[in-house]
Amino acid sequence: MQIDFTHKQAAHCENGVVSNLMRHNGFEVSEPMVFGIGSGLLFSYLPFLKVNYAPVFTYRAMPGLIFNRFAKRTGIKVKREKFKNPVDAKARLDANLEKDNPVGLQVGVYSLPYFPEEYRFHFNAHNMVVYGREGDTYLISDPVMESVTTLTAKELEKVRFAKGAFAPKGHMYYPISFPETLQLDKAIEMGIKQTSRDMLAPVPIVGVKAMRWVASNIRKWPKKIGPKKANHYLGQIVRMQEEIGTGGGGFRYIYAAFLQESGRVLNNARLSELSQEMTEIGDLWRDFALDASRIYKNRSAQSDGYNKIAHQLETIADREAIFFKTLKKSV
Amino acid sequence: MKKKEVPQDHSNLASANIKDMVYAVDENGEYTTELSTGWEPKTIALDNAIKEIEARVEDARQRVLKKETSPIEYYMELHKMDLPILASYIGLWKWRVKRHFKPSVFKRLSTKTLQKYAEVFEVTVEQLKHFES
Repeated sequence: MQIDFTHKQAAHCENGVVSNLMRHNGFEVSEPMVFGIGSGLLFSYLPFLKVNYAPVFTYRAMPGLIFNRFAKRTGIKVKREKFKNPVDAKARLDANLEKDNPVGLQVGVYSLPYFPEEYRFHFNAHNMVVYGREGDTYLISDPVMESVTTLTAKELEKVRFAKGAFAPKGHMYYPISFPETLQLDKAIEMGIKQTSRDMLAPVPIVGVKAMRWVASNIRKWPKKIGPKKANHYLGQIVRMQEEIGTGGGGFRYIYAAFLQESGRVLNNARLSELSQEMTEIGDLWRDFALDASRIYKNRSAQSDGYNKIAHQLETIADREAIFFKTLKKSV
Repeated sequence: MKKKEVPQDHSNLASANIKDMVYAVDENGEYTTELSTGWEPKTIALDNAIKEIEARVEDARQRVLKKETSPIEYYMELHKMDLPILASYIGLWKWRVKRHFKPSVFKRLSTKTLQKYAEVFEVTVEQLKHFES
């Protein structure tokens, strides 16, 4: 049994799943639109939470939030189910496929056989669509892949019930009701307002303030934790920025694409200008990653290097602070 | 980033036929997408992370041979896990799993418990018990 489903590759898995599921239901919404309306852009620093023996840095919103916000703002209802028991999880999946309903799944990356070994970490917030089943084989549309792929029932069970932080617990989701027409204008405004608010939030762990905190920590790292660990932490910053499926500079460019498209939808030239500004900020993030990589490539422990990239990060924080203040007033 | 500047560096993605999709602007300043084979700074970061894990695995292996820890710690590192992740796979408290790292405690583990570990690590109970370097 195979549902007629169009697979389209995306830069990021969650946006991609939402965009592909929307298209299947007759609504053409681009990946950047999903990302922007869902307020996907963020920066957050969680030094007390360790992944791969380094603190957590994230450039986007928590898994699942993008779709939830997107749905709420456009008037779509999403059904989400989690399971204790893999047998029930499989039965519910099969029942949906039987009804020609492709579903989104949250899965762990570690046991995904089609990912290169080096990319398989215990990261549990990956997303994919299942659009059919042939006997024991499930037909998979993974948004970070160029084309569709398959998983056996056993492989699928394993990734759906991966353990650790953000364990998916068989998490399955799909839209169940839609508005007659998709009203993007209001939704775009709400998305932009929230992103601006989050990025300027007066708390140290999110937004511009979090970037400044990371910058000040980078300066201290070589002395405080030693060059080896400091380099490992820097590597983590770059890897999270350049996570699989987000590509260079990742989320900032997706956001710039969103602003460009929104400028057209809202007939707001200001947003197109801000799109260009965001592209430049994305380029700064890339330069930051490049210079950070030079430090850990050469294993140099000169605090010069650390000071330099800390300064770069502060420059980005300043630019983003002005950016979001302006953006907030532009819609 | 301009579309023609999208990096096409060598990376491990090629081995699995994966390409990253990237948003970039074309000559007219319009956003579009481009596929990327990889970007060096990212590849280096990933390589370093892998080397770090390999060093941890090797260190654990040596300590198992010196009877300073049990094979459970070795397999945990081999599977890129840490204590919280392993504990959640086994369904035990972290301190209990940590206790199983002690060779003396490991020796007395029931077959049922060993079976749980063996399943997670995808080895047989025999392989788990009789650690071979």
